[in-house]
Amino acid sequence: MTLYERRKMKNRLALAASSVAALIGLFWLLAILGTLLVNGVSSLSWQLFTDSTPPPGNTGGLLNAIYGSVVMSFFGILFGTPVGILAGTYLAEYGKSNPLASLIRFVNDILLSAPSIIIGLFVYELMVVPMGHFSAWAGTVALALIVVPVVLRTTEDMLNLVPDSLREAAAGLGAPKWQVVGHVVYRAARSGIVTGILLSIARVSGETAPLLFTALNNQFWSANMNTPMANLPVVIFQFALSPYEDWRKLAWAGALLITVTILVLNISARLLTSRSSARQ
Amino acid sequence: MSQQTETLALHPEIQTRIQKQRGLDKAFRYVTLSAALLVLVILGGVIISLVEGSLPALKKFGFDFLTTERWNPVTEVFGARAAIYGTLMTSAIAMIVGIPVSFGIAIFLTELAPEWLKRPIGIAIELLAGIPSIIYGIWGLFVLAPFLQSNIQPLIIAVFADVPGLSSFFAGPPYGIGIFTAGLILGIMVLPFITSVTRDVFETVPALLKESAYGLGATTWEVVWQIVIPYTRVGLVGGVMLGLGRALGETMAVTFVIGNAHRISPSILAPGTTISASIANEFTEAVGEIYTSALVALGLLLFVITFTVLAMAKVMLIRMQRSAGTRT
Repeated sequence: MTLYERRKMKNRLALAASSVAALIGLFWLLAILGTLLVNGVSSLSWQLFTDSTPPPGNTGGLLNAIYGSVVMSFFGILFGTPVGILAGTYLAEYGKSNPLASLIRFVNDILLSAPSIIIGLFVYELMVVPMGHFSAWAGTVALALIVVPVVLRTTEDMLNLVPDSLREAAAGLGAPKWQVVGHVVYRAARSGIVTGILLSIARVSGETAPLLFTALNNQFWSANMNTPMANLPVVIFQFALSPYEDWRKLAWAGALLITVTILVLNISARLLTSRSSARQ
Repeated sequence: MSQQTETLALHPEIQTRIQKQRGLDKAFRYVTLSAALLVLVILGGVIISLVEGSLPALKKFGFDFLTTERWNPVTEVFGARAAIYGTLMTSAIAMIVGIPVSFGIAIFLTELAPEWLKRPIGIAIELLAGIPSIIYGIWGLFVLAPFLQSNIQPLIIAVFADVPGLSSFFAGPPYGIGIFTAGLILGIMVLPFITSVTRDVFETVPALLKESAYGLGATTWEVVWQIVIPYTRVGLVGGVMLGLGRALGETMAVTFVIGNAHRISPSILAPGTTISASIANEFTEAVGEIYTSALVALGLLLFVITFTVLAMAKVMLIRMQRSAGTRT
């Protein structure tokens, strides 16, 4: 074999290997979604949405868990989003080159990838220990702490995409800074900020570790935020590891619900950004 | 003096308006600043609460906490060694599995894929990142572990049975769950994170450099291996460290398939535990101050490890961005 042929051969081998790698990546996605569909769809029923989690051996649904997940995510987003947006505003509008802002940016990026179980421990020490019991509020705070870094990061990125000429035009008309940001910059970056919120909803709706020691779980229907509250991820965790067939079926159904929700949120976030960038 | 002329020139009503707007501007600035400072407060709170919570255990066990393998809630003797071993081992397996595949995908996406294929594959990989870890866990427990147990692990055990040095490393029986399975799942989970950083840094390579190499007659692989990878080395290491940080702290998926056994087995096919899996499994059932405190101490340990790894990753990626900024 000549050198030339050897080089071409090596090239072909390497490129084939990288194509195989791409196929492997796709394969996992399809494998996971496939099993979820097969196991989840066979466990779907209306009862899921009308009954609470059953004792072992009985049929039941996930109503209390779905309710708990929705309520805690809602309040988590409600508390976490404003903080994230305002902090992202500070970094983008005032903190282009000051050391404090760089430090905050750095810490935020680390919080973004830090293990969420740490947040669970933190909120346990912060709220569960002083209050003396697990509660839905503690779960809400844990979720809010996970929302903040996600929203902060996307807000800053999106505000940075707004052209300075817009800010200058508004300032040139005599608008004070808060109006420049509030009326011009936020409006220009609106779809980007909404994307960040959607992504953070997707992120918290599957979080399990921070809820384990904060909201815990509840076998029964409860709407009292001061008591432990059922939620989908923790119910899935407990039911999947249980030896009861009914419980495992419910776990699969819950897993399917969560995954579909998250995929829908992720895809709509993507559509939102691609549509707005096409418009510009 | 100038102050005075201004006062003369402006109508008092306009002046009060300006004053009001200046006040509002200041308020806006401080509101956003305090929201941003909250990020530092969260970090500080995490550190303080973890240190405080782990003090009883650290006082009782001292440095032995890191080196003791025993984990016995009945006699209240706790050591983190098995959990540390499990965390490092599963993450190492994850990196061995994840790095080559992620780099392959990134090379495929930047150098090879036709334009119409880039977006769908890129999106698919990113959707993989969105799937929550509990879903990986339930899938790993009910699909991957049984498959490995009946098809792959017996094969591995048989192949390595007569290889000196490696036979105990891959010794049976095939449990299905264990360190190996957990590492494999982690490898799949870090794929999207490493891939997306790798793809981004690959795209920072100036077209001029690549075209020069092609012009000299280099093949695509030679361009990747001799131009793209050396140019992006720092960023690649940063991406890998980011994935490593994720793998070290990953909780739920591992908890499902690790087996939760506080011991160090010579075989990677045996059940074990990791720091995060121990906390997730035992925290709500822990009774007594020392048991709870030992688990919080594990959390502190995990925090220190992941924080260090992620901070290093971040520093490298920042350095990469800077150098890309000055060189182009």
